[in-house]
Amino acid sequence: MATDTTQRTAAEPVGTSFWSATRLVAEREITAHTRTKGFWLNFGLFVVGIFAAAILPNIFGGGTPTVAAVGPQSEQLLATTDFEVRPADDADAAEELVRTGEVDAAVVPDTTGQSPVGVRVIGHEESPDDVVSALSVSPPVDLLEPSEVDAGVRFFSAFAFAMVFFMFSVGFGMAIAQSVVTEKQTRIVEILVATVPVRALLAGKIIGYSLLVFAQVAVLALLTPIALRAGDQDAVLSWLADALGWFVPFFILGFVLLASMWAVAGALVSRQEDLGSSTALVMTLVMIPYFGVIMFNDNELVMTILSYVPFSAPVAMPVRTFGGEAQAWEPFLALTILLVTLFASVAMATRLYSGSLLQTGSRVRLSRAWSHVE
Amino acid sequence: MLQVRSVSRSFGELRAVDDVSFDVAPGRMTGFVGANGSGKTTTMRIILGVLAADSGTVLWENREVTQTVRQRFGYMPEERGLYPKMKAAEQVAYLGRLHGMERAAAERNAAALLEQLGLAERADDPVEQLSLGNQQRVQIAAALVHDPGLLILDEPFSGLDPLAIEIVLSVLRDRASRGVPVLFSSHQLDVVERLCDDLVIIAAGAVAASGSRDELRRQFGPSRFQLVVDDDAGWVRDVPGVRLVELDGPRAVFDLDEESPPGDAYGAAPAGGAGDRDQAVLQAALQRGPVRSYGPVVPSLSEIFKEVV
Repeated sequence: MATDTTQRTAAEPVGTSFWSATRLVAEREITAHTRTKGFWLNFGLFVVGIFAAAILPNIFGGGTPTVAAVGPQSEQLLATTDFEVRPADDADAAEELVRTGEVDAAVVPDTTGQSPVGVRVIGHEESPDDVVSALSVSPPVDLLEPSEVDAGVRFFSAFAFAMVFFMFSVGFGMAIAQSVVTEKQTRIVEILVATVPVRALLAGKIIGYSLLVFAQVAVLALLTPIALRAGDQDAVLSWLADALGWFVPFFILGFVLLASMWAVAGALVSRQEDLGSSTALVMTLVMIPYFGVIMFNDNELVMTILSYVPFSAPVAMPVRTFGGEAQAWEPFLALTILLVTLFASVAMATRLYSGSLLQTGSRVRLSRAWSHVE
Repeated sequence: MLQVRSVSRSFGELRAVDDVSFDVAPGRMTGFVGANGSGKTTTMRIILGVLAADSGTVLWENREVTQTVRQRFGYMPEERGLYPKMKAAEQVAYLGRLHGMERAAAERNAAALLEQLGLAERADDPVEQLSLGNQQRVQIAAALVHDPGLLILDEPFSGLDPLAIEIVLSVLRDRASRGVPVLFSSHQLDVVERLCDDLVIIAAGAVAASGSRDELRRQFGPSRFQLVVDDDAGWVRDVPGVRLVELDGPRAVFDLDEESPPGDAYGAAPAGGAGDRDQAVLQAALQRGPVRSYGPVVPSLSEIFKEVV
């Protein structure tokens, strides 16, 4: 042996502290996971998805409509709008342009005398509402309690937050569970347990995967404004910035809460094949915010309840805050509840993890894992 | 020095380890022998803190073993385990760091060990791409990487071909010669016999016998002798206290009756010289003619094992 460290004896108080062991475990999980192709593929899809969502609406059907105008009256009316105007010789030529799809609509002089503004609008398959409303006269509207954001934007934000939380919780939650089972299945866990405290193993996994997820979310958050600028969606950008403020702390705590549960789900079984049965409960807890918020995002009572339940709060509370429905103190209360649940969950997970990690064979029952502490 | 003191552990109704005590002395290779399910693995897991003992203690250098102390132990569990997708050298170095080593030292030791175990060329291959025998060598490297102060190896030789056994043996002997106590279990009694200095025989969770290999041979082997004379040796069966085991013309193999006086509790003790019945047989033979060969037949470990279990 080339080394000369053998003179040390085991009685010397060298060795890894809890935190350095945790750091090593976390480091290994991150390295191992970022080396897989699946990780980069998944992340790449997210990036592509963001740019697609920002840019594609402009390409398909979005953007400024092109309108064919016949006669000076039509052109005059259209001059006050920001539509792209194409003069046409007569009504038939304009109709032809609409038919071929070269323009979205045509404005022609009204010959029947029925139109109060003296022009008719020709559309292809559907009524070109944006053109119609631009040419209409609307009475002024006074709102008593104006909503800060419109319903569509609100739904979109709820959907986007729920989606991001769901994808990361499931994708990386499952990775945590698999990582735990791999250690059980290969039995390397016995060496690990003989070497470092079980708590360090659990903490290392949760911290490792959490950092991995937070880093990805951070990169995506930085790319989103770029994507939105590229897609000319500056309006969306401004409200997204407001909404993100609360989403970030809720997301972090919510993810760690679920991560501790995924780890336990992994520790309860001894083979990858059995993961499905033990992860079912955690899966349900991830589904709650996803479907709950998407389905009930306009039901104030349900959303209020969801915004305090620790599993749905990470999505529901930022959406409510963003919609201006939550009082200023509400997110703080929900965050406190989430934090308390998180501590309780990690404490329970530590015990269940320790109690089930070295038990092999069939699925370990929760009660058994709880009472079985070496 | 590792001292296991009155350690007991039950699983439900089953008393897997029952009041087990033994020592593993510095620089000694201690073989841990017992049938399947006799409690070897459970005892080792208790020493490593993987399992808790119901009662009893494990002492290292006269102090109770704690997590910090345990980090200086090297362990090779019976159920092998490595990260399948991690490279061999990287994996061994990682385990070294978990044991508290600096990265550079861990990497240096990992490379040196894999070299020593004949795996230098496979060091950067993922473990899952190695043959089972080579995975086993990586496993041994994983137990040794941090230059442990104590080695606990559960069946280190199972699954190894004869050449690999020799390599591993030399690595372990090297450690022992540097003063590291080594405890290893094996069901391959011939390997244990060649390798161990001390022996702990466990049966049904309890220590059936322990001590140095030579001492145990004296203690538990039947007092068997072989005599070769020029003529027929058939007369030996008539000597009082002699039970003839085998007679082949001039060669006789016989046991000396244990109950016969004089001698200690175990009958004639050939090497100890306490009994003189063996001398009586020799004198009787010399009176009849030349004696070509006479001496105790040393029992093999498997014979001792059968005797005590």
